[in-house]
Parts: sequence; C-alpha cells; structure tokens
Amino acid sequence: MTSESVSEETAEGAEPASSVDTADRADREVLVSVRGLKKHFPIMKGVFRRQVGAVRAVDGVSFDIYKGETLGLVGESGSGKSTTGKVILQLEQATEGTATFDGIELTETTGESLRKLRPRMQMIFQDPHSSLNPRMTVASIIAEPLREHGKGNAESQRKRIDELLSQVGLSPMHANRYPHEFSGGQRQRIGIARAIALNPDFVVCDEPIAALDVSIQAQVVNLLEELQDELGLTYLFISHDLSMVRHIADRVAVMYLGHIVELADVDALYDDPQHPYTQALNSAVPVPDPVVEAGRQRQILEGDIPSPSNPPPGCVFNTRCPLAEERCRTEVPEWRDIGDGHYVACHLVDHKTT
Amino acid sequence: MLEVSNLATEFHTPDGVVHAVNGIDFELRQGEFLGVVGESGSGKSVTMMSLLRLIPMPPGKIVSGSAMFDGNDLLEMDTSDLRKVRGGQIGFIFQDPMTSLNPVLTVGKQIGESLKLHTNATTRDARRRSLELLELVGIPDAEQRLKAYPHELSGGMRQRVMIAIALACSPKVIIADEPTTALDVTIQAQIIEIVRDLRAKLGTAVVWITHDLGVVAGLADRVIVMYGGRIVEEARVGDLYAQPHHPYTRGLLNSIPRLDQKGTDLETIEGQPPSLRKPPVGCSFAPRCQYAFDRCLTDTPQLTAVGFEHRAACWWDIENERPRDDV
Repeated sequence: MTSESVSEETAEGAEPASSVDTADRADREVLVSVRGLKKHFPIMKGVFRRQVGAVRAVDGVSFDIYKGETLGLVGESGSGKSTTGKVILQLEQATEGTATFDGIELTETTGESLRKLRPRMQMIFQDPHSSLNPRMTVASIIAEPLREHGKGNAESQRKRIDELLSQVGLSPMHANRYPHEFSGGQRQRIGIARAIALNPDFVVCDEPIAALDVSIQAQVVNLLEELQDELGLTYLFISHDLSMVRHIADRVAVMYLGHIVELADVDALYDDPQHPYTQALNSAVPVPDPVVEAGRQRQILEGDIPSPSNPPPGCVFNTRCPLAEERCRTEVPEWRDIGDGHYVACHLVDHKTT
Repeated sequence: MLEVSNLATEFHTPDGVVHAVNGIDFELRQGEFLGVVGESGSGKSVTMMSLLRLIPMPPGKIVSGSAMFDGNDLLEMDTSDLRKVRGGQIGFIFQDPMTSLNPVLTVGKQIGESLKLHTNATTRDARRRSLELLELVGIPDAEQRLKAYPHELSGGMRQRVMIAIALACSPKVIIADEPTTALDVTIQAQIIEIVRDLRAKLGTAVVWITHDLGVVAGLADRVIVMYGGRIVEEARVGDLYAQPHHPYTRGLLNSIPRLDQKGTDLETIEGQPPSLRKPPVGCSFAPRCQYAFDRCLTDTPQLTAVGFEHRAACWWDIENERPRDDV
C-alpha cells in the first residue's frame, strides 16, 4: 500500500468538505474538524524491539462535526472507530493529520493549554464496570473533574453533585455509595454525570450502551438525548449497533479498516446507501419483525475483515466487495461529495442524480 | 420430542441462594426452530444447561422438574447414558468459540473426538466425515483447516467449527447459546445463513438462545420470552411480534430501534431487572410493570392460553384492558 497516495487523496478530498456544502449546511457552525487523521500503532519485534510494521488503526479520515448535532460513527470491531474518538480527544497521539476543536488545533496543543481545553471535551466509556474506580464513592467520582479543574469550593461542589445526580436520573441519596452497589445501567448514568460535570461542549460516547441489557439501552439513550437538548451538547456517538445509530444520529459515518467509506445524513445513509460496504452492513442487520425479515433480500459478504497491519492495496474493501473491479485493487478511491453532503469513497459510485 | 416441565434451578452461593430458574414448562417439536429470548439473568442459558446437567453442581442444584427426551428423563438418567445424549443426540453451540474449543488440539482432532466417542468411527472414517462437515459449514480449504489450531482461525471460522462439531453425530436437537453475540454483524449474517441452509438440508431441531429480538424474527418458528427465571410469553413468531400479550414483551419490542424505520421515540421499561436472590413471590416483572395491581405482587401468574399456540403469564388482560378473571 502506498501511504503517500492515501494522504494525497485525503488532503484533496478534504478541501471540498467545507466548500461544496449546500447553503443551509454552510450556516451551521463546525465544532470539530478532522482532516487526514491517522493513527498507526508500531509493531515491535525481536530483542532490540525494532519496529517491523504498523497497525493502521486509523488511516486518513476527514470529517466535520457540527455544533449541536450527533454524528454516528459505525463499523465492525477493528475498524478504528474507537481509536478515532480517542485521537480527537488527544487521549492517543495522532500519527498524522489534524483535528481542530472550536478553531483550536488540538494535535499541536499540549501540556497546560490542552488541560485547559479538557473540560470542554469529555468522553463516556463502554464499560461502566471498569471505567469507575471501585474504591471511590459516587460523590468523589463525580467531584473529581470539579476538583481537578478547581471549580468551586466543597460546598458548591456538593450542590453540583446533587444536581448532576438528579439530572441523570439518580437520587442525591446515592452519593455516598460505591459503584458495585449499582446495576450496569445506573453505573453508566454515573459515568454520564462525570462527563457532563464540567459543562462540556463536545462528548465522545464510545459504545455507551454495548454492555447494557436491551431494556436498559433505551433508558440510557433517551437520557443522552435529553441531556443534549438541555445542555446543547455535540456528540460523536461510536457504536456497532446500526439500528440505535439510526435512532440517535443526525449524520452517520461508516468506517471500514481505518477508513471512512461513507458519510451522509442519517436517512440518506440508511435509505439510499451508496457504498457496497454500507449496503451489505445494512442488509446484515436483522430487523425485529418476522414479516419484514421474510421478505428481505440478504447480501452476505464473503470472508473476514483483513488485518489492519496489512491492509489490501487500492480500496480497502476490495477483498470482500461483490462489485470490485481491476482498478479497485490498485487505486485508492477518492473521498468525495456526491451531492447533499453525501460523501463516499468508491470508484463505482456516480454523482447523485437529483 | 423434548418436553420440559416444572424445571427449577438454584445456585447456593456464600451470599445466599440465587433462584435462576423458577419452574419452567416448554416443549420442543420435531425439526422446529425455537427462539429463547431474554436479558442477562433471565435464566435462558441456565435452563438449557440444566437440561443436560451442564451446570456446575454444587453450587448449582436442580430443585425440581423433568425433561423427557425420547421417552427418558434427562434429569434422572445416569451419567453414562447422559454422556451419549450430550454431543450425540443433542449438540451444543456455545457463545464464545475461543473458550469452548481446546486451544492445543487441531480442528480435525476436535471434530473427530466426538465422532469416535459416539459412533464406532475409525480414525479414517472420522477424518472423512470431519472433512465433509467443514465443507458443509462453508469453511474454504477444508483439508488444510483440519490441521489448524483454533487460534489460527477468525471468530467466524471458529464458530463454524463449533457448528461442525455440534452436527458431527447428526443430532436430533442443537442447542445454540448466543452463538452470534460475540461476532460482527456481517459475520453474524454469514452464520445465520449457514444455519438456515443446514436446517433446510438436515431438518435438525434448533433451540437458539439470544437477547436479540432481531435475530430470532427471521429464523424461529416459535419464540419463548423469559424474564426473572420464568417464561412470560410463548407464541409462534408472527403472533409474538404482531400481538405481544405480556407487558414485558411489549415493552421490549417498543424499546428497540429499527434499522428500517426513521427515528421514532424509544419507550423505556423503567427500573432494573429483578434480583434473583429473593425467593420469587408474585410476578417478577410487577415492579417495572405499568399495569401491575395488587394480585401481581402476591400471586405468581401461570402461563395461560391467549390465542392459538400463544400463552402468556400475566394477570392483566392487555386486549380488554382489565384484570383476567378466567384464571
């Protein structure tokens, strides 16, 4: 794989991202902007720990997140969606590319100035069991960001904790309990309270419902939606649950093997998917309705996802794509807008006919 | 073919008794695909493990019940007879193929193992049959794969090997416990397609345990919904989704988003799943149920017919919006 060609493609593809947008789209304020972002994890081997290769977890992605929207980021395991979220928040350092937040270049911000920005960007984690310290009470878990960033005195922090607990549907009575006394859904609420404690603008939700029971998932998703309305939050909602993403997201990006292959408004992506991978993914998700299931045309992808340490040349999806042609195996498809802010990276997709 | 009645299983732990399964009745018919749906802790896995006495005893204990299979009670059978049933007449597929396959034996050895144990197959027969099975479950390059170890295969391939092992002795029943939960959605679709295909070819009865109402919608003939260690509803698949009777089934169906529909509001089932540590009194769903009334807290509802082959365990008649007085 020629890594130069990828970066060129994404750099070119990045330009029209802001210029081709339709009028009403241009009115919307961009909060987070990602261009050509890459994260490669080195593979070390031997006595001298020499680098023998790299896992290309994220391999050149570009997208914008508008203020107040929910951008869904979907993909299968190993597609790089969680890494993307972490690199944006600077929890992992980018190998290449840029990520800006409210006009500030995050990849170049370090130390104290980055720390000052942290309250504005928060994260909700997948596993509410391992993301809460079992030895801390709920009150001290939620107060930690307040203390760390010197917000208020003990008295006002106490008040804020009570307020946050009721905001996420828990009772101030719960403040002095420990995480193990709560169920998975309640623990996730504690994690959410911690994330919104500092009034952030932007929250990365990394598979926030994947570890929860079905009947609890809806509770947590509804809570996230309420909080978004109340506090004007912007979400990056990372999930492998395509049905839930359809419910919560305004726009959706589909990742495959470190690349975003398609990005569009939620209804366009689900009702009129353009990339063969998105189409296959949609048809693979079962619908809880026997009548619909009986009449569905299923498109089954062959094989497995290739290893991100050795991605195929050309289009990363070419090894499983039912439509792949010769040039798909050699040429990296360009990331382009095919109209109405519908982006796709595929040689075989034409401009939308409107 | 398989008839379970009044099955109850407890776990005696240092912290007290866990009432995992509290009196369950169901049947499995010849060649049928039965979906068993429930959340974690609903008792769906423990029920199926209890049938083959695969739960660790102690702390587990089967308190009551019978499971008639081919005229014999699986729960009373002596161990050597039961061994012939396990893996012979009833095959099992577990959720995590990484931990249920032996990492130090090749795929060929593991498929051959059950063949040699349950049939009089020679090593050569076993090899030939293993090869056939791998091809049957759609593993490319089967000859080579026989020599592979589990870690050399991807998750989807390992689950195919599990299916091949379960099918090895041409069982009458396959019990699959969340077989696709650990897999990615495109791989899940592959496995479901294989299962659909195999059922058409072999006519094996399947019990498919899952928390995913989507998966069973397209596969099952009948569905059992479990909650708090009990069956709360049982119906043919079409009826269950079109006319759910139990408030839990309704709530569950309304709380899951659909891929094929625009963002509608998600209804929530308030509260938390029940604690299994308290001995069950009344309906275990009552604390979360919007229709609950006095009787639900004290009296345990039994499964009663609400339609053709459709039973629900609820004191509230959801269709006529009044308490059920006929039971």
